[in-house]
Amino acid sequence: MSLISQIISQLVNGLQSGSIYALVALGYSMVYGIILLLNFAHGDIIMVGAYVVFYAMTSFSLHPLAAVLLAVIACTLLGTVIEKIAYTPLRSAPRLSLLITAIGVSFLLENGAQLVFGAGAKNVPTFIEGGIQVGGVYLGYVSVVTILVSVASMIVLTFLVQKTKLGKAMRAVSEDMGAAQLMGISLNRTISFTFAVGSALAGIGSVLYVSAYPQASPTMGSMLGLKAFVAAVLGGIGSIPGAMIGGFMIGLIEALVTAVGLSTWKDGVVFAVLIVVLLVKPTGILGRKMTEKV
Amino acid sequence: MIEKRRTIPMPVRYLINTVLVLALFGLFAGLIQGGMIDGYSTTVLSLAGINIILAVSLNVATGYLGQLPLGHAGFMAVGAYTGGIFLKGVNASDLGGPLYALAILVALVLSGVVAAIFGVLIGVPALRLRGDYLAIITLGFGEIIRVIIQNIDDVLGFEFTGGISGLKRIPSFTNFYIVLACVVVSCLVIHMIMKSHHGRAILAIRENEIAAESSGINTTYYKVMAFSLSAFFAGVAGCLYAGHIGSLVPKDFGFMKSIEILVNVVLGGMGSMIGSILSASVLTILPEALRALEDYRMVAYSLALIVVMIFKPSGLMGQYDFSMSRILEKFLNRGGYKTAAKAKGGDKQ
Repeated sequence: MSLISQIISQLVNGLQSGSIYALVALGYSMVYGIILLLNFAHGDIIMVGAYVVFYAMTSFSLHPLAAVLLAVIACTLLGTVIEKIAYTPLRSAPRLSLLITAIGVSFLLENGAQLVFGAGAKNVPTFIEGGIQVGGVYLGYVSVVTILVSVASMIVLTFLVQKTKLGKAMRAVSEDMGAAQLMGISLNRTISFTFAVGSALAGIGSVLYVSAYPQASPTMGSMLGLKAFVAAVLGGIGSIPGAMIGGFMIGLIEALVTAVGLSTWKDGVVFAVLIVVLLVKPTGILGRKMTEKV
Repeated sequence: MIEKRRTIPMPVRYLINTVLVLALFGLFAGLIQGGMIDGYSTTVLSLAGINIILAVSLNVATGYLGQLPLGHAGFMAVGAYTGGIFLKGVNASDLGGPLYALAILVALVLSGVVAAIFGVLIGVPALRLRGDYLAIITLGFGEIIRVIIQNIDDVLGFEFTGGISGLKRIPSFTNFYIVLACVVVSCLVIHMIMKSHHGRAILAIRENEIAAESSGINTTYYKVMAFSLSAFFAGVAGCLYAGHIGSLVPKDFGFMKSIEILVNVVLGGMGSMIGSILSASVLTILPEALRALEDYRMVAYSLALIVVMIFKPSGLMGQYDFSMSRILEKFLNRGGYKTAAKAKGGDKQ
């Protein structure tokens, strides 16, 4: 009994962190799908979101829900502003320059945050407390809320991409940018919208993250971003269901490695899995195979 | 009357370069002996030299091969730990005279070789992928190297890398002259390889991989070669770093270090050796000179990176490379070559 309940509780842990990874991975994946850019700054948007939650709840003592809303709005704005300032001028530049710019933006956000908020970690007050006992397994409300919120966000996102006009435009642009433009789709608007949606998901991810690990620090985004990014690549970057699968996989693998007692090897195992998957299937689990034309 | 373009024969070119390098050595030796450069500045200069080797070596993979590896710090870590463990193992600080010099030489070469072996091991699978995926997979390997160094002691059961607290009391052998010699040798070797037909093959792969392959270039071989060459010198730089700092901590060799090296290369201009050298020295020395602005340093770094990418995506120097002989040749041909060029222009019309 105790073994089974332990396995289940680790599974829940894995699903919880996995759903956060999945939310963040979706942002990476959508942006990659549309302008073929690995948006390194995505992880740091989460960090900014976490600080917004912290200041909204401590300095302005807002209601947690208001803080959450504020964080999501701030992340969305930040994402679009970054796209407008740093990525739009480089739309016709070589891909490498775009990638390096993204790294630069990520660096800027991290060090800027260190300058503005200080290097130390800030303790974010917890706003989801308690839990329930189901059988022998203790289920924290945080885990339940995290999993539910992420699944709900993913359903909304799928609806948005598949059923709305803007979603259709997004899919068209990622299929063929030139042809989409000829059909009268506004490139700038569609790309900005993609960044906004991705960043909003990162905002939701940041709120869920601080509710589980109540700390905000300038570098918190880099490892989280890197893992989510691994998740996106694992599932097949550019593919929305792929990002979800990748996220849950990374979360479960981490929980598994921790459960076996090798938590210090966690990061290494995640990257090793990524490498193995990429070598077997170079575009990820659900990625489309690209053929190169001469 | 078309005059032939006057050129400088190869042996004379080598002589010019040797004289220049010796003059550089002499200049620094004079400045240090004369007290113009104090001890602190010498350490900063050594660090700049180490960063130069790192940047120049990454430039082989980024600028010449045209790939984007994000795990360069991993190779540096391999070299640093190899050198550190070797020097501690042979108790280098107790050795005297020629044996000490030999130990250091062996440590430097060994670090490079081990890093190059890692380069081949990582390069063979990683270079099957292209572009972004290559960047990701090298990033993954870099992180794995760091995690392994951090945890290997628990697996082995004895102290090897010192784990998370680090490898301490490494004989600090690095002084400015050794660094300068290594910088010269690295630049020379990389320059010579790039001017040979192997180097031309690597450049051809950068320009167009498919075209290169159809011209009979074994792309896999040359990619792995460039990659391990890059790893070799990163390992040497790591060894120098180990001897410079005296203690190694795994977290120094994280993703951020790789990015820092990349920034040096990109700002200087991908594919330009002089660019890498200049930006690595400036970006090492400037923050030391501006200690007061320490907090703003990284912010300025990242802003510079973004601004350079937006306004000059090829980096400050582009692909320009400095050549003393070429400048001298320009002088030699001031009169004659111009008429030749004009005559040629006339033919066209």
